[in-house]
Formats: sequence, structure tokens, C-alpha cells
Amino acid sequence: MGDYVRQMPDQGSADLARRPGLATRLHIDVPLLLLLLVLTVYGLIVLYSGSDSDMGAVIRQAQYFGLAYLGMFLIAQISLQRIMRWAPWLYLLGVVLLVAVMFAGVGAKGAQRWLQLGGFRFQPSEILKLVLPLTLAWYLADRSLPPRLLHILVCLGILGVPAVLILKQPDLGTAVLIAASGLFVLFLAGMGWRYILGAVVVVVASAWPMWMFVLKDYQKQRILTMLDPESDKLGAGWNIIQSKTAIGSGGWEGKGWMLGTQSHLDFLPESHTDFIIAVLSEEFGLRGVLLLMGIYLLILLRGFWIGVQAPTSFGRLVAGSVTLTFFVYIFVNMGMVAGLLPVVGVPLPLVSAGGTSVVTLMAGFGILMAVSTQKPLVPR
Amino acid sequence: MARSIQLKDPHREARIYSARTVAAVLLVLGMLGIILARYYSLQVTEYETYRTQSERNRVQLQPLPPKRGLIFDRNGVLLADNRPSYMLSIVREQVADLDATLAELQQLLPISDSDIANFRKKLQRRRPYEAVPLRFRLTEAEQARLAVNRFRLPGVVVDAQLLRYYPHGELFSHALGYVGRINEREVLELDESDYRGTFHVGKVGVEKYYEDILHGDVGYQNVETNAHGRVLRVLERHDPVPGANLVLNLDIRIQRAATEALGERRGAVVAIDPRTGGVLALVSTPGFDTNLFVNGISSKDYSALRDSLDVPLFNRAIQGVYPPGSTIKPFMGMAGLESGLITPEYTVADPGWYSLPGDSHKYRDWILRIRGTGHAPRVDLNMAIAESCDTYFYDLARRLTIDRMYDYLRPFGFGERTGVDTTNERRGVLPSTRWKREAMAQPWYPGETISAGIGQGYMLASPMQLAVATSVMASKGQRRVPRLVHSINGEPVEAPVLDPIAAPDEYWQAIYAGMLEVVHGKRGTAKALAKDIQYQMAGKTGTAQVIGIAQGAVYREEDVAERHRHHGLFIAFAPAEAPTIAVAIIVENGGGSSAASPIARKVIDTWLLGETADG
Repeated sequence: MGDYVRQMPDQGSADLARRPGLATRLHIDVPLLLLLLVLTVYGLIVLYSGSDSDMGAVIRQAQYFGLAYLGMFLIAQISLQRIMRWAPWLYLLGVVLLVAVMFAGVGAKGAQRWLQLGGFRFQPSEILKLVLPLTLAWYLADRSLPPRLLHILVCLGILGVPAVLILKQPDLGTAVLIAASGLFVLFLAGMGWRYILGAVVVVVASAWPMWMFVLKDYQKQRILTMLDPESDKLGAGWNIIQSKTAIGSGGWEGKGWMLGTQSHLDFLPESHTDFIIAVLSEEFGLRGVLLLMGIYLLILLRGFWIGVQAPTSFGRLVAGSVTLTFFVYIFVNMGMVAGLLPVVGVPLPLVSAGGTSVVTLMAGFGILMAVSTQKPLVPR
Repeated sequence: MARSIQLKDPHREARIYSARTVAAVLLVLGMLGIILARYYSLQVTEYETYRTQSERNRVQLQPLPPKRGLIFDRNGVLLADNRPSYMLSIVREQVADLDATLAELQQLLPISDSDIANFRKKLQRRRPYEAVPLRFRLTEAEQARLAVNRFRLPGVVVDAQLLRYYPHGELFSHALGYVGRINEREVLELDESDYRGTFHVGKVGVEKYYEDILHGDVGYQNVETNAHGRVLRVLERHDPVPGANLVLNLDIRIQRAATEALGERRGAVVAIDPRTGGVLALVSTPGFDTNLFVNGISSKDYSALRDSLDVPLFNRAIQGVYPPGSTIKPFMGMAGLESGLITPEYTVADPGWYSLPGDSHKYRDWILRIRGTGHAPRVDLNMAIAESCDTYFYDLARRLTIDRMYDYLRPFGFGERTGVDTTNERRGVLPSTRWKREAMAQPWYPGETISAGIGQGYMLASPMQLAVATSVMASKGQRRVPRLVHSINGEPVEAPVLDPIAAPDEYWQAIYAGMLEVVHGKRGTAKALAKDIQYQMAGKTGTAQVIGIAQGAVYREEDVAERHRHHGLFIAFAPAEAPTIAVAIIVENGGGSSAASPIARKVIDTWLLGETADG
């Protein structure tokens, strides 16, 4: 049924109306695709330097991107109705896998995050990053909005189960991202401001019990180190001191591509993964940072625009949540490397090396593209 | 869906969504603004701070210690070499827990507590990124053990370093001196920048005297290092200037001949070329292996050297001062001739003793004990020197008086440092009334003049001083400051020339005649040396009393403990017609001059007739 509907000429989107034909038929949002391609190229250039001119690493990352673009393209072909129908089942699958991780997971450095399936290793939490907002959007889509308290509480329950499971792995970064993606759905659905205010009060009030009972020692250490990196210069503070030095010493103009001393001389830890923004800042200076933020901002604005233009509640909520989650990646990563936030394992989206986050993020953009090219739904 | 109570209002929902999106965009812009402000503050406001920090991270200034100059003997035989040696150092900055690292290192290889104490002292004076040495001379096994464990020991570095090595350590111990690790006191005295990266300094002898020349100039390089302190590339380099090479006047053949001739006995030999002032040999026995000192001698070895009764660390050639005994007589003879109190023909009655007018004390001639009478009824200058007649010089001394004796002997270099280019030289004593008043706060007694005439009493001279005086004699009054160093980087070093002793040739000839008789005469005190001799040697024997002998008592060698026996002395120069070598020899407790004189023959034979050096 969906396929039939999608074959109909589109009249709802002015953007697409100007470019009928290939892009529309392929469910591609051209501005978004162009922005993502620019970001990909920029990221690979920085990665080449961040990985110490390891062409192999760049090629590997390009292959991940190839896979991720393919995934995005395929997801964009799926009708939103089908995505909506799948959402709760995918959610249940994800939660089951998270529970499986608790018992049969493998991991490193004291954290159990992966499931081993044959020769393939993956993080169920990555699935939830996409599926949780879809599930909440599915739940809210047919309800009258703004959501009532009951619905909000149900949503929090849907959100809370995977968030707590992931927090137990422990993976604070992912838990925060997933919780945020869910809360964004509620926020965009029009959850009353008094609830939002109340939630903020609750969060602030729960800070102390969180500190005492929930956070692990190493997580506390990260927060303490962030507040005062000098307290442990050679230990945990080392990363932050070195990344701040890298960023600061880049100045306005930067030291030049491949000329960053902090990263190339091994002072900067994780220079090709989570701390890659420090490489970019050191080598391209504040100019390079502004360029990156400009690209990000355009992507975000395009995402919001797609959401606003979407004809259905589900499409709107999903588009907005995917966009805001993308922003959380940006904010948390750039903030932690610059010493504003504690160090959690959040990559710089589409720039940090690593296949998983790229595939997940691009899958999100695939959904965004599906939303952008969906037809106004004819009420059934 | 069926549970929905309210009807959905798509337009209202879209409106709400749009409003929330606007709020979200504002939130996003605000938070991106915060991020941007943070990057702006790091990259623009605090740019200088972080740029400096990143430079400091990356660039280290490393000293490049200069290569110490080599030292050769006059034949080109290498006496002081630099050989690579491996040392263990620690870069403080890169060590998280110094105590733990030290403890771990102690598990891996022997490191003494004094090594650690030394290390900690140095640590305070070096910058945190500089490598501070902890242990020297790692064996191959120790190096391997460190290499295996290196990944666990950040900041621990093994460096190759050139270390002084003395191929002929003991033979040249007192002539060359040695280098040793810079100690606390020296750290304060030495120029800090000059010695950055250098851990050794000349401690005594030529090594110390020529420290400035041997050391060279320190260089440095700015290097880029990674976070582990490994040098990645050199950004800027100023090469060090190696220290100058020294060629000494010393001749290993003579040095060896003298050392072998002294054998197990304690003594000293100094040989000088009177034409140049060059020191051909400087030997003091016993010697010691100077290599022991290069890297800090073990306390066991050190106490063995320090506590030995033979005091091997004592340089008898320049620090040892002895009564010159009868070796003073040729110089006394010159004083007599110059003062006009005697002529070569002047004679003195010799009953075997001498006494001052109005004094019953008998100053005995050594011959009295042997013959019961004097050398001859009347003794002239030639016989007085050849047979070492005391009576003649008692009389001369009385008439000359101590202060004029001082005036005439002083130009030969007695009583003042010769100024030889090494360290720790002592000046000895050339007595005078003024000296006694100042040094002992006592008046001079006439009897003391009598014994001063034969080199006994207060007079003290080092073998170096005796050799210099003999050299002045051999060159007929030409005075040169003795020099151990012949050339610096090929540039000859001229021995400083002092005002000569201007005396008529016949005076010198008169003394030479007497000194030749000592060796070649029938009744010469060293006539045994003349056997098979191929050149003319002028010499003078001497004996220095170690303990006083009571009036009327008889000194019998076999009755006296070995260390109370007389010192044997001998001075000589050759060939007499055109001298090229002047020597002074002392054999401590040798019993008499016959212990010393054969050494002179061996030394001079080696110089005049010897094979070329083999190294």
C-alpha cells in the first residue's frame, strides 16, 4: 500500500517540487546529502592527520562511510508506516539484547557492552539509539498532543528500561544519548513546560543520590578530573590538559594540516577517535572549528526544517529527535574535549574514526530522508 | 489508538511542533554558542598560554657535551683516551613515582645507596626534563635487562657516553692525574652551562691544570620529543667544540725506565730537558690505577689507597719535600764562586770535622765515621764536590751566612714553587733569618747555618725543585718554568723563561768538573755509575736524614727500622758537554744515595741511548 502511495506525484514539498525526478524517486534529500558529503570529506581529511597519516585508517573509515551511506539510502526507501510498525518490535528486540549483554556480553576495561555473534561484534545499545525515539514517536503519534501526564509517564518507562540497562554496563555516554533522544521526542511532542521545569528540578535534586549510589568510581573520577584537571596531571587529567593545549595552541589560523605537534607527537590521546576535534582545532585553528560548526549547524537546520515540513506527527517527532540527538553528539564531544563536560565515550559525529557510530548516525539520516520524501498521508 | 479520548488536531499539533522546534533551534544555537565561546577562549584569549605549553611539550633543549681532549706522550703514545660507556639516567619529568622507579631499578641491577644519594643531589640542580645520571658503566647484561623492562619504566634512559680511559693508568698516575665525577663542591665552582651534559672533570694533575683546554665548549640542540620523551628530530643544533689534544713532554720510555728502576721502593724521579724546560719524566711510586677514579672509586678501593702506609695517592715528585742533603753542594759551590768567597783553587783544611770559633760542638764530616779522618789535609772545590766533603761546605756556609746563601740559592728555584703545569705543588723551604722569624718566631742560630751548608736542617726541596735546579745548572743559568705539556692541538707551548743567572763560564765549568768527578772520578761518590758509560754524566749524591742522630752516636743502617733509614738522593745531567736531560731522584728510606744513583743511569741511558718508544 505504501509503495503505491509513494509513487504519487508529490505536491506537499516545495523543495522537492522544484526537483521532481531522480532525487524524489530515490528518496534523497539533496541538501542534506550534500552537507553530509562535505562533512564526510572534511572528517576524512582530519582523520588522515589524526591517525598520523595512516592511509589504511582513512580507507577503512571511507569503507564504513560507504556502508553507512548505503544503509542510509536503503532505510530512506522504507515507508514511514512500515518503520512505525516495526518500531515497538525492534525496541523489544533491543531490550532483550541488552539483557543478553548483561549475562553473555563481552567487553573491555570493566565494561560489558558487546555481543559476540560468530565473528561479528556489536553493541545492542547502538540499536536503541535509533529505535528508542522511533518507539516513543510510535507511541505518541496516534495520541492527541501535547501528551498528558499518563502518556509522559509511559514514555519515561519505555525510555527508562534501556537507559538503566545501558547505565549498568556501564556506558554513561550512550545512556545519556539515549535518554536525551527520548526526552527530545517528549519535548517536541509538546510536553508541558511545567513538566519540563519539574524534570529539571528532579534532575538537580537527584544529583546527590546519583553521585552517592549510581555513579561508578571511574565516572566520578572523570567528573572530578574535568572540574580540576591539574589535580592529576599525569593520570586522568593528562587527556584534558593535552587536548586543551592542542586546541588552544591552534589559535585562529591553526598550525597547518599534518603539522599539529600535540597529536603527532603522541601528547594527545585518542587523537583519531573521541579527541579528533582537538586535532582539527590544533591544525585548522578556530577557523576550522567555525567551518565544522557551520556544516553541523546547516545539517541541524535542515533536519529541523524536514521535521517542520513533515506531514505526520510520527515523521515530525522522529525527524526532530534524530536531529537533536545528532546535536547532543556534537555538544557532548566538543564540550568534553574542551574541558567543559566530563569525558564520556561520545564520538564527534561523522568525524571520529569508528564504524558503529557512523552507521548508526547515517541510519538516522536515512530515516530523516524517509521523512523528508514522504507523501502527505491520506487519512485511512 | 482506540484509547484516544481526545480527537487529534493535526494543525494544532503541527503548530505546537513548530513552536517547540523554534525553542529547540534557540537551545541549539545557545549551546553551540557556549561551545564556540569555549573554543574562542582557548584559541584566542588564552592562545599564548597554550602555545607556550605546547612548545614546551614538544621542544627540549639538550646539551651536547664536548669530547674531552686526548693526551699523548712526546712519542705520540696515547695516555688518556675516551671510550664509550653506557650509563643509566632518569628524566624526572617523565617519571610518575620516582621512589617506585628507583626501587624497581634496584631490583634489576645493583645500584648503591650512594649512587642514589648522588643522584638525588644532582636532581635538585637539573631541570625536570634533563636526564640525570644514576649509574655508570652498565654491563651488557644490565643493559639487556633494562631494555627488556624499558616499557615499564618511562623516563629511564640508557645513554652511551664517552668516558676517560687511561691505557697506562698506573705508570702515569702522578704525571697525568685523573678525571672523576663532578662533586658537590665542584658543581658550585664550575660554570653550569659549560658543564651541562658533562659529568666528569679533571681532579688533579694535568687533567685538572688543563681542564679548560681539555674540556672544550658545550654544544646544544633543540629537539622535538614525543610524549614519551623520545627524540624525534633535531630542530636546531650547535655542535660542541671538542677539547684540545695535549702532547706532553713526558716520554713513556723514561717514565717506564724510572718506574721499573724504583721498583717496589717509595720514591720519585723527575727528569727535565734543560734546553726547553720540558718535563721528560715525572714518577712517584707507588702509583695507582687512575681508572679507578673515573667513575667514582669504591669506598673499599679508596680506603685501601688512603690507608696504605706507602701513601700511593701522595705525589712525591711535587708534594714530597725532603732535605736535599749533599745534592745542595754544587749550588753552594756556585754561591761561593759568585760571592767571591771561594775560587776553584781555594782550599779548606779538613780534619774530618768542623767547629765554630769559640764553640766546642763538632760538626762532623760523614767521612770521619768511615776513615777516622778527613778527605785530605786540604780540600779544594773539585774534591769537595766529587767526594762530597762536608767540612768544605760548613766553612763556606759560615762565611756566606744564611741570608746570602738564600740570595744565591733562590735563583735555582729553591723555596718557591717551580710553577710546573700541574696541581698541588709544594714550595719546600729555603731558610733565612727572616723565614725563621716569620715561620717559627725564633732567631737564627749560627749553628743552623753550618748544617744548612750541607742541605740539612730546615731546608726542604721537592724532587721537582731539585730537577729544576739541576736543569738551571746544566744550562749554565738559563731558567725556565718546567712544562709537562709540549703542545696543545699541535701548537707548541713555550716554557716561560725567567731571568737567567749571569755567572762567568769558568764558574759553571768548575762546578761541572766536580760533578763529573762524582761519576767519573776515582774517588767519586757515584763512581759505580761510570761502568761502561757511553757519555759524560755530571752528578751529585745526597743523603737526607730521617731521624736525628745524637752527638757522637753512630748511624748503622741495619739497626734502624726501614722507615727510619736515610733517604737516598741523586741529581745528574748529561751529556756534560751539551746537556739534554737533568734528573733528580729520591728513594725514601733507601739508606743512602747508592739507592738513587743507579736509577739516574737507567733514566739517562734510556733518554740518550734508548730505542724508540713502542707505546
